[in-house]
Amino acid sequence: MAVDTSATTTGTPAGHVPGHLRAIWLFVESMWVWYRRNWRSSAFSSMLLPLLYLVAMGLGLGTFVDAGGRAAGAIGGVGYLQYIAPAVMVATAIQNATGEVTYPVLSGFRWQKNYWAVASTPVSPAQVADGHLLWVTLRIGLSALVYLVIAALLGAVASPGAILALPVAVLTGMAFGAPLAAYSATLDTEGQQFSVVFRFIVMPMMLFAGTFFPIEQLPAWVRPLAWITPLWHGNELARGVTLGGLDPLPALGHVAYLLALLVAGVLLTRRMFDRRLAS
Amino acid sequence: MRARGLVKRFGDFEAVRGIDVEVRRGEAFGFLGPNGAGKSSTMRMIACVSPRSAGELRVLDMDPDVDGPRIRARLGVVPQQDNLDTELTVRQNLQVYGRYFGLSRAHVRARAAELMDFAQLTERADDEVEPLSGGMKRRLTIARSLVNDPELLLLDEPTTGLDPQARHLLWDRLFRLKQTGVTLIVTTHYMDEAEQLCDRLVVMDGGRIVAEGSPAELIRRYSSREVVELRFPPGGQDGAVHRVRDLAERVEVLPDRLLLYADDGEGALATAHQRGVQPVATLVRRSTLEDVFLRLTGRSLVD
Repeated sequence: MAVDTSATTTGTPAGHVPGHLRAIWLFVESMWVWYRRNWRSSAFSSMLLPLLYLVAMGLGLGTFVDAGGRAAGAIGGVGYLQYIAPAVMVATAIQNATGEVTYPVLSGFRWQKNYWAVASTPVSPAQVADGHLLWVTLRIGLSALVYLVIAALLGAVASPGAILALPVAVLTGMAFGAPLAAYSATLDTEGQQFSVVFRFIVMPMMLFAGTFFPIEQLPAWVRPLAWITPLWHGNELARGVTLGGLDPLPALGHVAYLLALLVAGVLLTRRMFDRRLAS
Repeated sequence: MRARGLVKRFGDFEAVRGIDVEVRRGEAFGFLGPNGAGKSSTMRMIACVSPRSAGELRVLDMDPDVDGPRIRARLGVVPQQDNLDTELTVRQNLQVYGRYFGLSRAHVRARAAELMDFAQLTERADDEVEPLSGGMKRRLTIARSLVNDPELLLLDEPTTGLDPQARHLLWDRLFRLKQTGVTLIVTTHYMDEAEQLCDRLVVMDGGRIVAEGSPAELIRRYSSREVVELRFPPGGQDGAVHRVRDLAERVEVLPDRLLLYADDGEGALATAHQRGVQPVATLVRRSTLEDVFLRLTGRSLVD
């Protein structure tokens, strides 16, 4: 019963170095194997919670807003449900991305230590970083798609342009998620810092960066805070493509800002993974 | 694997201070030393996951700085702490890991079955890893390290924390691997492990190599054939030292006992009794690497 170390069973050669993109994809594949076993635990928070927001705010609060007056005027004459639907998708993408780049990244280094296992194979730390970010991208994309379909069934989607809001949501989620992944990769703690991130960055951003009401309703001195959030840029874009009225120049500006955050985040994440796994 | 003047620095701290090592193909080679001797840092450099700070290093005839991924493709690594995916099954752990070596799904499926057989884990194939015993997890980690048919297997403290039965089972598996021609490099702070597994070893202390040879050679060179242990109540050994000093080539005074290094242990013990030395317990045994280490560094391996 000695182990066969010559790999005669299948006749294929022993280990070799997978191609660059393939190596990244193999990490995604491993996350998928895990997800297939464990998706139930996260399905509620990532897919159903945003629909609760949509129903409670859009249908519940919406009846007051749509009744007329200053509020209805401020959102530009669309129904409140249609007004918030694209933005809730973007805000959810940020929340889901946050969930996937905080504790899971820390766990890869500290608890499960699966990053260390992968780094001892031909796959490099930067490829692990890319793989994790690509996995998060796909996950938040999948959640956004499920949300969009159900929102459409609820009559919350104003136009077919909402299809374009999907990539916007994913881009925005990763524009926030990638830099946060880099930060998570620097931590050597039990993750106490993450509750600060949730409470003082993600939640306020969701509430005040134009998801449920236009930021013009904020005092003028607070608005710049909304401008620096990726969520505001994502909300403007997602609403623009869904409800119309998006001017090319501001649109370009929003996309450029989000892309800049994303690229910086990816580069930093690669660097932090490399520093930690290959020192 | 060959290293010349190999150095690893972390900031101001020098973990490995210029070591020369050569491991030949098919050999089982050990790094023996206490915690903090620089064994794990050395292993990480050989595993191509930690760039060297200075010196020369060739692994499988390649330079880790240039060919890291190509070398890693042909290595098996058993880390000090298990890093299995505890939320996946035994089988999935092997298959997922195998895929990172560019192996096809069919290949890793077949290989996983073979390796579970080898590691005696077939019955637990589709169980999650989390509830497995420490020994089973360790066996799975070793099985996982073989998924790519490595030419060189690196084992960092392979049996630390396991009970004796689990350790013997692991040693047996490693011995079989050696029979099939796999080169083994093992770090350990257990002298029995080094004696069981290694054809040749180096003793490391404080980032340097202090001795090199086969276990038998090292014992011959640095110790006597036999050792007499005389155990005393605390403090009692001091009065006895001068009465046994001439019975052995060397006498070590430990907190609770005296070690007499003599080729004829029984004879030395009998003489000690005649002279009225009255220890509470005595033992005559053969010399081990523990004695070699004590001789070389003045300290014991396991603190």
